[in-house]
Amino acid sequence: MPFDILFGAWVATGLTLFIFTFLYKDNPLFKLAEHLYVGVSVGYTIVKAYDTVVIRLIYEPMVKQGDWSLLIPLGIGSLMLARYVPKATWLSRIAFAFIVGVGSGLAIPRVISSFILKQVEDTVRPLVSIVGGSPSFTFSLLDPASNLNAVILLVGVVSVLFYFFFSIEHHGPVRIAAHTGIIFLMIAFGAAFGYTVMARMSLLIGRLTDLIEYAEPRYGRASLWLIAATVALLAAWSVKQRRQPAPPTE
Amino acid sequence: MIFLKRQLPLLITFVTGIVFAAQYYVPHPASEEMLTSVTKWLQIIGGFALILGVTSLFHIHAVKIRRKEPGWGYSFVLYAGMLGTIVIGLWGNGKEVTNGTMTAFGWIYNFMMVPLQGTMFAILAFFIASAAYRSFRARSREAAVLLAAAIIVMTGRVPLGEYLIPLSGDLTQWILNVLNASVRRAILIGISLGAVALSLKIIFGIERSYLGGGKE
Repeated sequence: MPFDILFGAWVATGLTLFIFTFLYKDNPLFKLAEHLYVGVSVGYTIVKAYDTVVIRLIYEPMVKQGDWSLLIPLGIGSLMLARYVPKATWLSRIAFAFIVGVGSGLAIPRVISSFILKQVEDTVRPLVSIVGGSPSFTFSLLDPASNLNAVILLVGVVSVLFYFFFSIEHHGPVRIAAHTGIIFLMIAFGAAFGYTVMARMSLLIGRLTDLIEYAEPRYGRASLWLIAATVALLAAWSVKQRRQPAPPTE
Repeated sequence: MIFLKRQLPLLITFVTGIVFAAQYYVPHPASEEMLTSVTKWLQIIGGFALILGVTSLFHIHAVKIRRKEPGWGYSFVLYAGMLGTIVIGLWGNGKEVTNGTMTAFGWIYNFMMVPLQGTMFAILAFFIASAAYRSFRARSREAAVLLAAAIIVMTGRVPLGEYLIPLSGDLTQWILNVLNASVRRAILIGISLGAVALSLKIIFGIERSYLGGGKE
């Protein structure tokens, strides 16, 4: 077993267990792992941003290909740093204005095309199919393209839109439509919740699988030793906490 | 000076907004080239935004250390993690693997970032379960519908669930592909209408909060 893999297994196991200690209560081991997580994540993002932005988007096109037009975004970006100079803070507005302006301009036609028209087009489908010259209606729930599902989709979209439409009072038929929308929303929220729970469970299984693997003799039974060490540290911290006098209450 | 501080940013937003909204309707290579260029420009400018964020994080923790606030030692851990990753990452040219061998930066990613990130999200499973226990009691018809949908989806997503209730897999697919899709579609249409309205307000200078307040 190479040393870097063995050492990595011990580090990964220790950090995993430190995070899991939060299930007991907030404690120094969790805080240590939490702050390390933030530090490493930010460091990783900075390195990746340096590689992508500085090397690939600025250095290589400018120095190797002579694309000096990139001085413009460099200049605009530099204006953002004017926020640190109190008398020149207003200069950063130019950078924000450029980003927001371009973003808004790009968004309008693309959002209308991809998210409004396309979604409406997919919702308003023929409710009856023509097969061999005569109309037919397919009832298969398992086929998302069946006519029955097309009707359910249409009812769902329209009723949920009605629920969020507050320009008219929800009375009579509108109330019925809005209430149908609530039922659809509840089903979707339930499905989203169930899906999220299972995704988190999958991650949990992944972490536990690693802990089981690192408990093998070839990893020096890292999981077992570190579980014992973590429990001992947590117990010592807990005892120390109990012995400390409670802070005065006002 | 008022023009530079107030009107110029609004003018830049208006001109760039109109130009890039119009770009969509001009299927000319020059127009496509302009879009490609500005996309790269936005990435470069985004890099400067990252500098702002990182500087802010540095500042917050530097203050904690200087004032010796409770838990200031953890700020050292954060600094050590961040600076260590940056130095090792830049030393390895930001590559996790070189010639099929894991670099030190790759080691940090595989043995520190992945376990930390995975566990941080995995413990949410416990909190979600406890939240579910408190909120999933079927107090009303709507809550009962939510509970039923969640149970069906959870059952249909695991082999054991499908083994115990063979119909749950198909039912889950139907809920996700039809019922859930219809709601997502309606919400997406609503969000998109809002996004278009907000974009128009920004371009025409009605919405100015992105410029920040203050006299300067």
